[in-house]
Amino acid sequence: MALLNELAKKKEGLVNGHRLCPGCTHSVIMRQVLAAADTDKYDIVVAAATGCFEVSSGLYPYTSWNIPWIHNAFENAASTISGVEAMYRLWKKKGRTDKDVRFIALASDGGTYDIGLQALSGAIERGHRFLYICNDNNAYQNTGNQRSSATPFGASTTTSPNGTVLQGKSQPKKDIMSVLEGHHMQYLAQASPSNWRDLMNKVKKALDVDGPTYLNVIEPCTTGWGFPQNKSIEIAQLAVDTCVWPLYEIEEGKVKINYKPKNKLPVEEYLKPQKRFAHLFKKGNEHLIEEFQKQTDRHWEWLLKREESGVSY
Amino acid sequence: MSEKLLNWDEVLIGGAIKDPGNSKSYETGSWRVERPVWNPESCIQCMFCWVYCPDSSILVDENGKMSGIDYDHCKGCGICVEQCPTKPKSLAMLLEADAKGKSEEDLRKEVFSK
Amino acid sequence: MGKKVALTGNEAAAHAIRQINPDVVAAFPITPSTPIPQNVAQFIADGEMDTELVTVESEHSAMSACVGAAAAGGRVMTATSANGYALMWEILYIASGSRLPIVMAVAARALSAPLNIHGDHSDIMGGRDTGWIQLIAENSQETYDNLIQAIKIAENKDVMTPALGAFDGFNISHAIEIWELEDDNKVKEFVGEYTPLYPLLNTKEPVTHGAWAPPDWYFEHKMNQLEGLLNAKDVVVKVGKEFGSAFGREYGLYEAYKMDDAEYVIVAMGSVCGTTKDVVDSLRENGVKAGLLKIRLFRPFPYKELADALSSAKAVAVLDRVSPAGAQGGALFTEIRSALYDANSRPPVINYTYGLGGRDTQPQHINSVYDKLKTIAETGKVDKQFDCLNLRGTWG
Ligand code: SF4
Ligand code: SF4
Repeated sequence: MALLNELAKKKEGLVNGHRLCPGCTHSVIMRQVLAAADTDKYDIVVAAATGCFEVSSGLYPYTSWNIPWIHNAFENAASTISGVEAMYRLWKKKGRTDKDVRFIALASDGGTYDIGLQALSGAIERGHRFLYICNDNNAYQNTGNQRSSATPFGASTTTSPNGTVLQGKSQPKKDIMSVLEGHHMQYLAQASPSNWRDLMNKVKKALDVDGPTYLNVIEPCTTGWGFPQNKSIEIAQLAVDTCVWPLYEIEEGKVKINYKPKNKLPVEEYLKPQKRFAHLFKKGNEHLIEEFQKQTDRHWEWLLKREESGVSY
Repeated sequence: MSEKLLNWDEVLIGGAIKDPGNSKSYETGSWRVERPVWNPESCIQCMFCWVYCPDSSILVDENGKMSGIDYDHCKGCGICVEQCPTKPKSLAMLLEADAKGKSEEDLRKEVFSK
Repeated sequence: MGKKVALTGNEAAAHAIRQINPDVVAAFPITPSTPIPQNVAQFIADGEMDTELVTVESEHSAMSACVGAAAAGGRVMTATSANGYALMWEILYIASGSRLPIVMAVAARALSAPLNIHGDHSDIMGGRDTGWIQLIAENSQETYDNLIQAIKIAENKDVMTPALGAFDGFNISHAIEIWELEDDNKVKEFVGEYTPLYPLLNTKEPVTHGAWAPPDWYFEHKMNQLEGLLNAKDVVVKVGKEFGSAFGREYGLYEAYKMDDAEYVIVAMGSVCGTTKDVVDSLRENGVKAGLLKIRLFRPFPYKELADALSSAKAVAVLDRVSPAGAQGGALFTEIRSALYDANSRPPVINYTYGLGGRDTQPQHINSVYDKLKTIAETGKVDKQFDCLNLRGTWG
């Protein structure tokens, strides 16, 4: 990966003037993605699902995109990019372009884990060449923080609120990486904007695969998660250091963990600074934190075992 | 910043926008409550602030080096300040209200001489 | 030169698609339109067309991929029916609002529930306000002809609006008829090349497609869109004439069958018009001034022209192959009645729902409608504004 000074000289594909909340990491992630893309070699076309990022960056008559960009609907970023990519193949076949173009579909967890899952599965199975990036902010943030299947256990959202009887979401988060892994795609990975070098490496790798690839990126949301706007990157780092959000990749079925914290922090460190977990720290709710820790450890240990075994399909 | 409102027969068909990156003309700097102030003296040019800024508001010179802050767009989130490895020497937050009418040079002195 | 073939309506649609050879087809199977993507896939497998076929996992994704492909820059087609069309619903609006001239073949079918795979117009009438141009065929020949013309209509620079060519599920889609298949090159020449307006794939000039429009802008965009749709009316006539000179079958907004002096008129669309024509013929032999006004273009609805075409009518019956669903009558009925409100002669207009879920409509049923119209014209009285044809039990 080039030095940041080199990357900073590039013309940015996403510019400012967008209306994301102060401290939002959607744009941080996308800036890192586009900085990593080898745009001397190829051009990028983006298809975005409806969501915070989409409404903030494409608000008529303004666009924050310096590259071709299309928004269609909430659940169909993957099928939209399928159509774009099919047309590109046709253009290539008929000599209508001599450009090398790569395709990115962009959605949040709502558009990926939930309403867009079918379209994503279909597009991956068909083998379109595209990188699907899920900016996972753990809930439907564009409509005001309703729970999704990506909402972690215990988190209070507007549709899984903490109350006198219920304590936030009672189900664990969906393991989307495992769901997608079943498509036996060549490359999928999980990344965090706090670890930009790792994220950029993954983007480069994914964009060079001649087929579907997937990147699951943690996208801390200041308003939905309830933390000060200057802490977004810190929160992402804590998710990584507690192994709530392990950085790993699955290449041809083989798991590789890209970062193993020397000092794996207890989940409290991650939960504590976020309002959505505040109720877990009330007296009598200790077991919920224990459960959160258990779920986190179980997943982390499973990943370690997968890596160690070296099995692949 | 005020946009020209076009009539129905003047808009581009299909709602397409053919002016890439024109949101730059929308100045989100007005949202700011606090502003980051930069101290080039202690800056080590690691560019972490650049890579973490959500609003592409770390200005970069032709050598790819940090050269200031784009106050027209910086929303004052403070991520750059938090992520600066020299914290609190090269970037610090200051209330907008306290910055009014002062030159960058003066602000720098005020913030970093403490 | 064209040649006579004995093939189904679905095959007529598939051959039109083969000859148009669109850049991308994205489609999902659903009865009764399934043979269309099947045939297209076979044509591609046999090297008879070089379209990129996207075999999506749902109709929602079919239309989504069509939008992506059309915005990327090129000619895009698809086919569907019924629930598939309904599943596309959300994206139909996005296709038209984005002014992407996608062309879709629809083998019109009943919507669930109860599940029914047979022909009626519940799907296309439900989607009449999605902003698409709607052309409706009576038979396989028209199915084929309409799809070819739809390309030129949709892509016209003043229109730039998606279009569907509908034909009745099973009655047409699965019935073998004899029709004229035109020469490949002549069709190719007729549809010509398409130059997309702002292709995403032109990466040198990056375009943003699908930005959201706040209250300051949405209204203007929708009216801009409406203008394109309304422009389609004249273009339909123009392209219909061009088609006539190229292939000898001219088309307009509607077909007036024995309408010149017609006093008792049925207004209908789709395959029932074939049966109705036979009935009109025999009534005419007996001196009854019966006529049929067959709708070809349902959207945009040519209300002025249709009102003019009905000027000699003493009584009118509108046949709807869809439930009125709580409206005063079926979709076509309310349009026709509204069109006649400003006419000098305002004949009584009655409405029948017929043929739901593939229910047969036979000459005797059509005859009963003309009988009714005669009585109304003679007595000046309408005892029942709405009724059903071939329904067990008495309605209303
Ligand atoms: S305060 Fe936030 S928006 Fe402003 S320069 Fe720093 S990181 Fe960017
Ligand atoms: S993060 Fe701090 S040290 Fe690094 S370039 Fe920015 S201001 Fe300079």
